[in-house]
Amino acid sequence: MTAAVIAAAPREPSYLAYRGRYSGILGWIFSLDHKRIGVMYLIAQAVFFLVGASLGVTMRLQLMRPDNHLVQPQVYNALFTLHGVIMIFLFVIPSLSASFGNFFLPILIGAKDVSFPKLNLMSWYLFMIGAVVALMSLFTGNGPPDTGWTFYVPYSIRTSTNVVMGLTGVFIIGFSSILTGLNFITTVHRLRAPGMSWFRMPLFVWALYATAWIQVLATPILGITLALVVVERLAGVGIFDPAKGGDPILYQHLFWIYSHPAVYIMILPAMGAITEIIPTFSHRTIFGYKAIAMSSMAIALLGSLVWGHHMFVSGQSDVADITFSLLTFLVAIPSAVKVFNWTATLYKGSIVLEAPMLYALSFIFLFSIGGLTGLMQGALAVDVHLHDTAFIVGHFHYVMFGGTGFGFFAALHYWFPKMFGRSYSDKVARLAWGILFVGFNTLYFPFLILGWLGMPRRYYTYSFPQFASLEMLSTVGSWILVTGILLMVGNFLHAALKGARAEDNPWGGVTLDWKIPSPPPLENFEQIPVITQGPYDGFEGQAPR
Amino acid sequence: MSNAANLTFSQPTRHMTQETHHDYTGSKLGMWIFLVTEMLLFGGLFLVYAVYRYMHPADFHNAAQDLNVFIGTVNTCILLTSSLTMALSIATLQKGQRQAAVWLLLTTILLGIIFLVNKYFEWTAKIHHGIYPNSAEMLRFPQGEILFFGLYYVMTGLHGVHVVAGVVLLSIMVNVIRRKPCDVHVFGAASPGPAGVRRLTLTDATGHEMWTSEGIGELIDSVSVVVNYRPSEGRMRPQDYVALENCGLYWHLVDIIWIFLFPLFYLIT
Repeated sequence: MTAAVIAAAPREPSYLAYRGRYSGILGWIFSLDHKRIGVMYLIAQAVFFLVGASLGVTMRLQLMRPDNHLVQPQVYNALFTLHGVIMIFLFVIPSLSASFGNFFLPILIGAKDVSFPKLNLMSWYLFMIGAVVALMSLFTGNGPPDTGWTFYVPYSIRTSTNVVMGLTGVFIIGFSSILTGLNFITTVHRLRAPGMSWFRMPLFVWALYATAWIQVLATPILGITLALVVVERLAGVGIFDPAKGGDPILYQHLFWIYSHPAVYIMILPAMGAITEIIPTFSHRTIFGYKAIAMSSMAIALLGSLVWGHHMFVSGQSDVADITFSLLTFLVAIPSAVKVFNWTATLYKGSIVLEAPMLYALSFIFLFSIGGLTGLMQGALAVDVHLHDTAFIVGHFHYVMFGGTGFGFFAALHYWFPKMFGRSYSDKVARLAWGILFVGFNTLYFPFLILGWLGMPRRYYTYSFPQFASLEMLSTVGSWILVTGILLMVGNFLHAALKGARAEDNPWGGVTLDWKIPSPPPLENFEQIPVITQGPYDGFEGQAPR
Repeated sequence: MSNAANLTFSQPTRHMTQETHHDYTGSKLGMWIFLVTEMLLFGGLFLVYAVYRYMHPADFHNAAQDLNVFIGTVNTCILLTSSLTMALSIATLQKGQRQAAVWLLLTTILLGIIFLVNKYFEWTAKIHHGIYPNSAEMLRFPQGEILFFGLYYVMTGLHGVHVVAGVVLLSIMVNVIRRKPCDVHVFGAASPGPAGVRRLTLTDATGHEMWTSEGIGELIDSVSVVVNYRPSEGRMRPQDYVALENCGLYWHLVDIIWIFLFPLFYLIT
């Protein structure tokens, strides 16, 4: 990345060119600069994403034909566990928050850095250590964990595979996530530029703020729950062991008290990025600013109260089932508020379909499918039919990949010129988007149909010829999707090394990030800006709000 | 919020400002959020405790009779006293009495260690009687008692880990207070060019003159000044004691968790 340094006009050197106490790689891994830390997260996440994706493709190859034996059953169990653990804990949970959040949160509120820069670097180290520990569970002990990413007891305390190490890795990553959340909350409270009132903050910041609260409030519960499983395996205290009076359902409650809010940790920052992109490429101020800001907070609140909908068939009481079902329907409201506001922003805007906008629009489409299929599962009677089928997997990937993944790609295309000062090829980016979009739907839409027809999730293989054609179609989709991903990655690598110099404001954005040089100087602003208007005021021909 | 001092050439005027970022409120806010996460960490365990006690009230009652109320009470007194010395240590540091603060902090550490020693004897006595997770003795117990002792070991164990962390943290603070608080500011100024007698002036943020140099010769074209700031009695700033305050908050949290653990395990008979 240091290659991306470009000699600029007589202005301060960019954060990429800045020479501190250390140079080379040490200048990165010892850097307290939020921008460098953000880029380090970005690189790490991209690598983990590619690893997780290749595991996913292997699973698709196994399911391509009925009675296929490409991999051993035990290997298949390890594959879906690792695919889940890597994608969830190393890619979508840090997602846009750790990478783009670190890079742009201080810039968007007019600050020089986050509140606790050292803690910020420590979070990155904890993340990397946790990732290494989690990945080491692959090669040490009695083979990789085979429990699925949910680590359900009692199987996770009985299996001989290397669960303890996997859990320890996730625990450390959780700690990293808590510290990042703590840092962001304090930064938003304390470091906003003069004049930047709460309702003048860009909506990406609001989304990060809501996310940070979930990270801080929900992650400790996961920490203690996973720690209890570790203690159970090492010492046999009996808290989750039915033979000693422990209650496995209690584990499920504790696990989902974190892990349901966690899906909002994953999706909220992506929604925030989409909210930045849509006004810029519609050249129009956002519609319903306060509604979007408050819907982020409402999602954070309501999303913390719906965990029971993962357990409709686990033996919960009917009262609990009905309550959680109702709350699940309620959480759809703030999400829908966002979708309607984005759509209303487009109305009468001057829409430009550049690559980031294509990703943003496809985010709305795919997320809507993901959200609506979620409501189907929230309905009690329907869920009995759908529970533990491929439908759930399809829904989850529409939300997490179609939502967070496409949001991530959108943010990357939107902010890449700002972060690295280089332009990528717009033609290749659009082509890659087209391939990705087609590949994504070919891969995951069959899951929804297969699940509806009764194909269970996490099954090693199947014998019904009825499923064969859809499973084959889905596997072909995975090849298309991978082609798109590789094309996109290649486009970015080429841009980072050989791309043309990017302008300071290539898209005509109006938020603070577009008012500073690309790439930004070390301290972001020569002078701390004084904010006098709303974040999306100032598009040409638009009256201030 | 920020602490700035200006170094000025007397003519023509040229500023070099060095800014160090100190955000007292921000530090406290961050610490309080961290404490919330700690409470939720233990909150998960208290939830588990509540569920199992509701399921097995009689077994919990019987098992709790095996715990030694005397040692528990002594340990409660020890931790409460340590919170007092911790608070006093902060109060004395705020007044600039560093020596007293260090001694009170050492007392706090000692009390923490005594607590851990008591805990060690309590645990070993239990283990000696064959009451530990997965022991042959314990597997004969009713399920509720197995869960009670499982939770006893996990919850007091996790609390013990926090006491150890606190002792380590406070030991670091002893060193920090003894050596510091002390800020070092380094200023540099470039020469404005040859014209008349030039002097360096150091002013505080309000423009009040703190120090002026001798006249500087024409051949010198850059100057750097190192300023050591040492707080003394009556000159304590919030950033000089915020770290100790935050450690104190952590120590009180560890204390208050014990205040809940004590009745829930020792006094429910």
